[in-house]
Parts: sequence; C-alpha cells; structure tokens
Amino acid sequence: MNDKSFEPKIIAFCCHYCAYASADLAGSMRLQYPSGVRIIRTPCTGRLEVEYYMRAFENGVDGVLVAGCLEGGCHFIEGNLFAKKRVGAIRDILEESGIEKERLRMVNISAAMAINLAAIINEMVNTIKELGPNPIRKTNNGMEIEFKEFEMLNSRQ
Amino acid sequence: MIVAQRKKIPEIFKVIQEHKSILVLGCGTCVTVCLAGGEREVSIISSALRIASRKAGKKNKVNEFTIERQCDNVFIEGAAEEIKKNDAVLSLGCGAGVQAIADCYPDKPVYAGLDTAFLGRLESRGVWTEKCTQCGTCVLSDFGGICPVTRCAKHLFNGPCGGSREDRCEINADQPCAWQLIYRRLKNIDQLGKIAKEYPIKDWSKSIDGGVRTIIREDHRI
Repeated sequence: MNDKSFEPKIIAFCCHYCAYASADLAGSMRLQYPSGVRIIRTPCTGRLEVEYYMRAFENGVDGVLVAGCLEGGCHFIEGNLFAKKRVGAIRDILEESGIEKERLRMVNISAAMAINLAAIINEMVNTIKELGPNPIRKTNNGMEIEFKEFEMLNSRQ
Repeated sequence: MIVAQRKKIPEIFKVIQEHKSILVLGCGTCVTVCLAGGEREVSIISSALRIASRKAGKKNKVNEFTIERQCDNVFIEGAAEEIKKNDAVLSLGCGAGVQAIADCYPDKPVYAGLDTAFLGRLESRGVWTEKCTQCGTCVLSDFGGICPVTRCAKHLFNGPCGGSREDRCEINADQPCAWQLIYRRLKNIDQLGKIAKEYPIKDWSKSIDGGVRTIIREDHRI
C-alpha cells in the first residue's frame, strides 16, 4: 500500500546523550525529515518500558523508532543493551498481535551522526509508507480513524 | 517456585474474542518473579489483546487487575468487584491460580493465559531451570541436594548410566549429568558413602502417577 497522502505518525524515542544530541545537530544542519516524526527525549533508551511501545501502537501510532547510543558507548553502560532486548521481545509480541514488526525499530547512533539519523528517519518513514497506516486505525468500513480521536476511543476502564 | 511462560497472543485471542469484556488477572507471586504473569505482563498482554481485537474488527474491552496471589480465596476476594464487572477472566496465574478462580466463580468463564511449565529456580538473570517434579517422597538428603528424579533424564537412583560425555547428559547434552553433580557434591561435603547405599524401586504412587493428591492437616481444622 503506497498512499501518497498518508503521512506516517512516528514516535522517535531519543536518548539524551547521543540520539537527541544528534537530532539537535540535524536541526542545526537544517537536515530535512517529515514533520510526522515526533521526538521524545529520554535519559537513556534503557529507561523505556516495554509498555510504552505497546501503548504507542495501541493508540494508533504508525511507527516507533528507538534511538540510543552506540553499543559500548551508553552513558549508563548497559541501558541501550537492555533496550535492544526489549525491542526484540516486543517486536515478537506485536507480530503475534497483527502489527508488522518492522514498525518498531531500534538504531544506535552517536551524537555526531546527525546525517545518519536523518537518513534513518527518512528510511523509516518510507518503510512505514510502504506498510501503510497502523492496521488498527482502520474501522470496519475501511475509513481511517484520526490519530487524536483514537486516544478517546481507546480509553482504558 | 512455579515457573510459567506466556501463551502466544493468537491462541489467547481465539478463546476470549467472543466476550464483550475481559479481565486480565495477574498474580503477584511466582509468575511475577518468572516474568510471565505479573502486573507488567498483564499490561503488555492486555495491550496486545486490544490490538488484536481492533485488528479483527471487534470491540472487546480488556481490563487489567493484579492480586497478590491467585491460589488463595482471601486474595481472590480482593478481585471480586473487578471479576463481577467483566464477562470473562483471562488468568495469568499458574494452573493452580486459574483453577482457584474458576472454583470461586463457577458461572464465569475463566481462561488460562500462561503455560505452567515446572517447579524450579532462577539460575541466572532470565534463566529458570527445573528442579523438582513433586514426586511426593523427597530423597534430596541422600543425594547432596541434587534431585536424581528431576535432573537425571533416566531418574536413576543407583549411580550414573555411564553414557555421559564431558559431564553432559547422554540424553540431552544441554543438561549436565546429574550424577556427575551428585558425585562432586557428596565428595565436597564428605558424604560419598551415601552413594554406596542401595535404593529400592521408587514408590511412584506418591507422585501424580498415583492420582491427584490432597494433603490435610487436621491440627489446623476446627
């Protein structure tokens, strides 16, 4: 499915020490990537609970990118290694639930690798465009649910 | 402790999908420790089921609750309100927990979200190994604390089979030879003489092979 009007909503969890700094540098360098990608700064990717990934997809997000430090270069020593394992486990659960595992991805970049980050984000946007919107955003009659309406619909009791 | 692991989402969804509201009930004891059915796992599995439900075009409401233990009526009472509000319960407890909930709520469908695997311990982070098959007549004192029933593939009581290679079991090379472990251990604690003791045929009737078991303590019943 390659709908030209589909702008993917992607959350990029970026660790403060490397990925966020890299995103900041990408901004300074005026590197372009689609505005549907929202960056969330986290102290370390190891801080990210698996529930965050599940809830993101449950609430209709089309893709989640987890960007951490290079392996061996994590400010908190092993945080990015934990994140890697968690992302791996959640990809399996998502696949079982019916969401393509390619929608959740982890990358390792350093603070200087702004060009790489922009390229990765653009690549991810293209991947998600190929996959189409989050499968659960479609109602029975094929209409897409607007992202912000989705949170109200999906209220937890 | 009891060690279990989660069932796959399609398998779970298949049984719960016809119910309008489902309570995913976690347990705070064994299955929390083995990372299969605690509060966090309830959250993950509930999210996964909501996603599966939406993808199938259904509108199941999946609610979450965790109690301290699912095998005790006193704790199950704590979930009474939540259970009443829902059409069905998906229990993330061990087999005993699932059945306890079903016993307390005979008119409510109760489903199992985990495969209860074995009685064991945490060997190292993320690794659990089976230690006890609940044979009913414990012989650990005679084997240096290493169970020949559980950990020897052939359940041998009178010495090794002789087929082990490089300390690994002949049947399953992933496992150490239990008798190698028993020998080393008895040597370390200076009780090697116990190996010479002749063990008669085990009375398997005291294990599950003899039928479902009940233990009654009259001194605690009035």
